[in-house]
Amino acid sequence: MFWLKRNLPRLVIAPSFGVLIWFVYGFILWTIYISFTKSKLLPKYEFWGIDQYFRLWSMPRWHVAVENLFIFTVLFIILCVFIGIILAILLDQKIRAEGFLRTIYLYPMALSFIVTGTAWKWILNPSLGLEKFAIDIGFETFTFDWLVTPGMSIYTIVIAGVWQSSGFIMAIFLAGLRSVDDEIIKAAKIDGAGLIAVYLKIILPMMRPVFMSAIVILLHLAIKSYDLVIALTAGGPGISSDMPAVFMTQMAFHRSEIGLASASAIMMFLTVSAIVVPYLYSELKREDQRN
Amino acid sequence: MKKLLIALIAFALTPNISFAAPKAEVLHWWTSGGEAKALQVLKDDFAAKSGEWLDMPVSGGGGDAAMQTLKARIVANDAPAAAQIKGPTIQAYDREGVVAPYNIDAVAKKEGWDKLLSKQVASHMKCDDGKAYCAAPVNIHRIDWFWANKKVLDSNGIKMPKSWSEFNAAADKLQAKGIIPLAHGSQPWQDATVFEAVALGIGGNDFYKKAFVDADVSTLSGSTMVKVFDQMRKLKGYTDAGSPGRDWNVATGMVMEGKAAFQLMGDWAKGEFAAAGLKPDVDYYCASTPSDNGYLYNVDSFIFFKVKGNDKVEGQKLLASLMMGKNFQKVFNMYKGSIPARLDVSMADFDKCAKKSNSDLNTAAKKGGLLPSFAHGMTLELGVKGAIQDVVTEHFNSNMSSQDAVKKLSAAVKAAS
Repeated sequence: MFWLKRNLPRLVIAPSFGVLIWFVYGFILWTIYISFTKSKLLPKYEFWGIDQYFRLWSMPRWHVAVENLFIFTVLFIILCVFIGIILAILLDQKIRAEGFLRTIYLYPMALSFIVTGTAWKWILNPSLGLEKFAIDIGFETFTFDWLVTPGMSIYTIVIAGVWQSSGFIMAIFLAGLRSVDDEIIKAAKIDGAGLIAVYLKIILPMMRPVFMSAIVILLHLAIKSYDLVIALTAGGPGISSDMPAVFMTQMAFHRSEIGLASASAIMMFLTVSAIVVPYLYSELKREDQRN
Repeated sequence: MKKLLIALIAFALTPNISFAAPKAEVLHWWTSGGEAKALQVLKDDFAAKSGEWLDMPVSGGGGDAAMQTLKARIVANDAPAAAQIKGPTIQAYDREGVVAPYNIDAVAKKEGWDKLLSKQVASHMKCDDGKAYCAAPVNIHRIDWFWANKKVLDSNGIKMPKSWSEFNAAADKLQAKGIIPLAHGSQPWQDATVFEAVALGIGGNDFYKKAFVDADVSTLSGSTMVKVFDQMRKLKGYTDAGSPGRDWNVATGMVMEGKAAFQLMGDWAKGEFAAAGLKPDVDYYCASTPSDNGYLYNVDSFIFFKVKGNDKVEGQKLLASLMMGKNFQKVFNMYKGSIPARLDVSMADFDKCAKKSNSDLNTAAKKGGLLPSFAHGMTLELGVKGAIQDVVTEHFNSNMSSQDAVKKLSAAVKAAS
């Protein structure tokens, strides 16, 4: 009985832990192995070597996808954090109807990326949306055709993604701002610091952990972004807005290239780890030192 | 207690052979209006023979979602009785060892499918080096169709084009009048659909066969292919700015409204016209795209996987027999816009376009122009097909030169095969 009492928490956690080990880490290992095989239509288990990786990196379409991933990730994170902070600071000024405004900004988060993508697809379509509207009300030379212009279409995905996620980032920062002790701000003001200086020099540096959560959340959203691309551009025009996640699904289920798809999945996995692991490590280490 | 439990489990696990009603789980993605109606015919036939039909519709992504489900099921050793698979993918699944024993071959032998199907169609349905039937065809779609708005064409004095230069002249004339000459949705598969029709028309039947059946690299990188890409560039100029990403049925709608004059699309487009109550030669024209008696076909079919249990094998046999049945082949294809795969179905009740499709098919078969569509997965491995499609859509949606496109094409095919 005593044993049970002591180990109950562990026992309760064990099943979900086991499931997690198997379905996340087990399948990561499985995918790594499959990427070293010749699997095409269905998984095969004879070892083949690293040829799938050579094939992957010789495909121009993969290079397009990787380049787009970098453009999207960098712009998406920077813009979301920037807009999120600005909105949070503005809402933090003890304004009227704050709850109402907060809900409005947060609302896009309640939509799935599919809905966001479809809505923006119509807004940005030159013969249906914004461009047609501007022309109809008299701006006859107005053009906004990024959605159908190869090379620019990736930026429409950034626009839609930022629209969807910056409200959420605002909420995170707002919570962070609220947790800052008022006394510190008052003290700074007594010392003669202006509002901007208070925010830039005191409050924002104090919100390091908030930045970390925001960036980690945005980063994984960016790298696995699939539904938004499919709904908005489906990788087009042509293959100009292709992304690794889209590439991977296409190869695995459309082209019968499961080995190649696994190789691309592993490349994505390595990219995420290469950025997130050192970042988490340095941030968590800092926390340790502080305690 | 323990013994009873074992007995119960044993009883539950024993297939009750004497009472086995035919049972079939069918994976498909025919969920939209006309297609769902068409499939209902089969379901009713199946139920009438006291079969138990387990419907497994997986819609979305033109079959992508279905493929995902199917593969998961096969890997889990729980393949459905039948799945909507076509072209060389049928034989690819056989090579993975998930099809044999060919349960439906006995049905095919008994009913004489070899006589009921044309050689070309039959060859797509056979596994084990063409020795045994492992799939049943339900229809023949033609890809190389032009659909046109009659009013727009008539009022501008334009006839359905007999050559690509005639088409270009007509398109220039229409464009000058502010009509969009070609309604097109620039999605990769639609670009490939147009591309294969253009290749068939400009290169000819032998060229098409060498390029897209044999994947011959020197043909893919030759001067004729440059001309094909040149024509694609011209066609791009005949589309409107909203074209990228547009769905094919929206493009068909543009032809119906008279906003655009032509659309190049397979005969499923006819379903859209029919649904709007429009009639061939009264409201719209249908004609094959210019070519030398060419005919690009897409045969939808169901593959029959290896299944365990007598009831499931019986279900497969019944299903195969019904799919090839005259009733289903006729009714299904009248809904779907295609023509029956079975040769002895009367075409009397079909519309004018379907009749033309049927007679053109016979002519094409005699003149060597009956060719499998690559854009719709009837020829080439899926990887090679995808590689060609990537280059085609990239060229169509950028200002890549035809020479560069040809170079990329041969490089991509080499890398994929």
